[in-house]
Amino acid sequence: MRAMVYRGPYKVRVEEKDKPRIEHPNDAIVRVTRAAICGSDLHLYHGMMPDTRVGMTFGHEFIGVVDEVGPSVRNLQPGDRVMVPFNVYCGSCYFCARGLYSNCHNVNPNATAVGGIYGYSHTCGGYDGGQAEYVRVPFADVGPSVIPDWLDEDDALLMTDALATGYFGAQLGDIREGDTVVVLGAGPVGLFAAASSWLMGAGRVIVVDHLDYRLEKARTFAHAEIINFAEQDDVVVTLKKTTDRLGADVVIDAVGAEADGNFLQHVTSAKFKLQGGSPIALNWAIDGVRKGGTVSVMGAYGPMFSAVKFGDAMNKGLTLRMNQCPVKRQWPRLLDHIRNGYLRPREVITHRIPLEHIAEGYHLFSAKLDDCIKPVIVPNA
Amino acid sequence: MPYTPEKPPTPSSEELRARIPGWGADLDPADRPAVPKERFAPEETGAHWHFPERQEERWPRERSIEHAQLTPVFGTSSPPKGLSGVIRKHAYRTYSEGRAAHWLLLLGADRVDAWESHLRSFLTSRPDNPITETGVRAELSGHGLTSRWGRNRADVNHQWLDPIIVGGPWIAGAGVLVAAARRARRRRTRRADAPDV
Repeated sequence: MRAMVYRGPYKVRVEEKDKPRIEHPNDAIVRVTRAAICGSDLHLYHGMMPDTRVGMTFGHEFIGVVDEVGPSVRNLQPGDRVMVPFNVYCGSCYFCARGLYSNCHNVNPNATAVGGIYGYSHTCGGYDGGQAEYVRVPFADVGPSVIPDWLDEDDALLMTDALATGYFGAQLGDIREGDTVVVLGAGPVGLFAAASSWLMGAGRVIVVDHLDYRLEKARTFAHAEIINFAEQDDVVVTLKKTTDRLGADVVIDAVGAEADGNFLQHVTSAKFKLQGGSPIALNWAIDGVRKGGTVSVMGAYGPMFSAVKFGDAMNKGLTLRMNQCPVKRQWPRLLDHIRNGYLRPREVITHRIPLEHIAEGYHLFSAKLDDCIKPVIVPNA
Repeated sequence: MPYTPEKPPTPSSEELRARIPGWGADLDPADRPAVPKERFAPEETGAHWHFPERQEERWPRERSIEHAQLTPVFGTSSPPKGLSGVIRKHAYRTYSEGRAAHWLLLLGADRVDAWESHLRSFLTSRPDNPITETGVRAELSGHGLTSRWGRNRADVNHQWLDPIIVGGPWIAGAGVLVAAARRARRRRTRRADAPDV
């Protein structure tokens, strides 16, 4: 089969690889019909995530058609169109039994701090991902769901991570009616977090980024006020001024490990890997939220240390909430919101790229060329 | 202002409901999918096992020493090999996830892995090609110049480092090879020019 393969920092190519096989009785093999490149894939692409091995296939956002199932699979059969949450999880461990699907303890031998994620380094379990013609899906009776006939395939694709994560991020903000919510980052997760904040009763939603085309999307897609931090002397002061010096009730970090805004912090983390991630967005969140407010972290960071301002977080009495999104928990409600027209995920897709051109796709997305917001990979284009 | 008890005003709920499709659909904080954070409901996951069957371990699978056992299911991508594999196995065997040495060794192994793989690729019919594999051709098709020029982007101040990070080691490697070749040629010439004794 054809598959994207990592060749080292900033380098990927498409290779002929063995088709995945059933490794466990509850496995399924899925023929991928659509995949996406996620902003967090760029952390792997840039060599920031420890134990990212040459030869791995990335891709944790994908949908497809069941090609083969293991002998213990009951809920799926070949030919089913399925959407697959980015979490690999067993459904029966201490954490899964309590709904913490993203924290499964039975799928990742390489680390106890993180669950299993498709195509996201050996630190997340060593599973090949969906930027390929076929992918192995463990625990087929637990993770995947059949795509409802009425659901658009692009919407289904975005439910596997970006939409669910943005919506989850707004929930972790514990938004109350009339709250002022600041979303840092106008990528897909930030856009969905902003749109979701209104559903939870936000009184104001303000999106911060440095890319005008993404901010414009935040204005039109998510009905948000926008701030370009590159045009501000000090974005924290701007946030204070726009909230009558109070600070926001909730700040959502939808940026993560490669945040811009401070040359030294960015370069020491994203380029020279001396920190687990650039803490700029996280520190702006801590500084920009009001005392007693809530910071919700959806941005992905590496497992190493970062220079985060915990002193201010403590002194301000903040609530810090975060997790990888337990995707499937969000699905029933998200399906309602899409059906009712409250959320329109596919509107963030800007590029469709054949699998054979995935190296150009990664560069385009990484360098933010051609007003790219969300690239979709089509294996058999 | 926070110097007095009042909260700064925001638009009314009626105004927002009229303007934003779905505003307030999840207004009740208790009626949101992620609430409560933990809810014991193993019967809802689809799992029909108390503990999953074990996947076959086809090669010794490295694991965190914080785990009591190998997890029943695991990824099978890219088994450890070469010097990078030795470093990775050492990192997993020796240090917990709480130790910086664990992660620094794994990051170091990633760099070694890249170099081992580049060198190995030169022995195959498809050697690594930094032009095609970096996708840099998207600079042309994706309007590289106009996407950056005059747009006041905060990331332009460090993007110049990327070609150095990617291309620097290749240029250094080529330089070492050229220097070694010239040195070998000089040595051969000197030997040829030496008077017969």
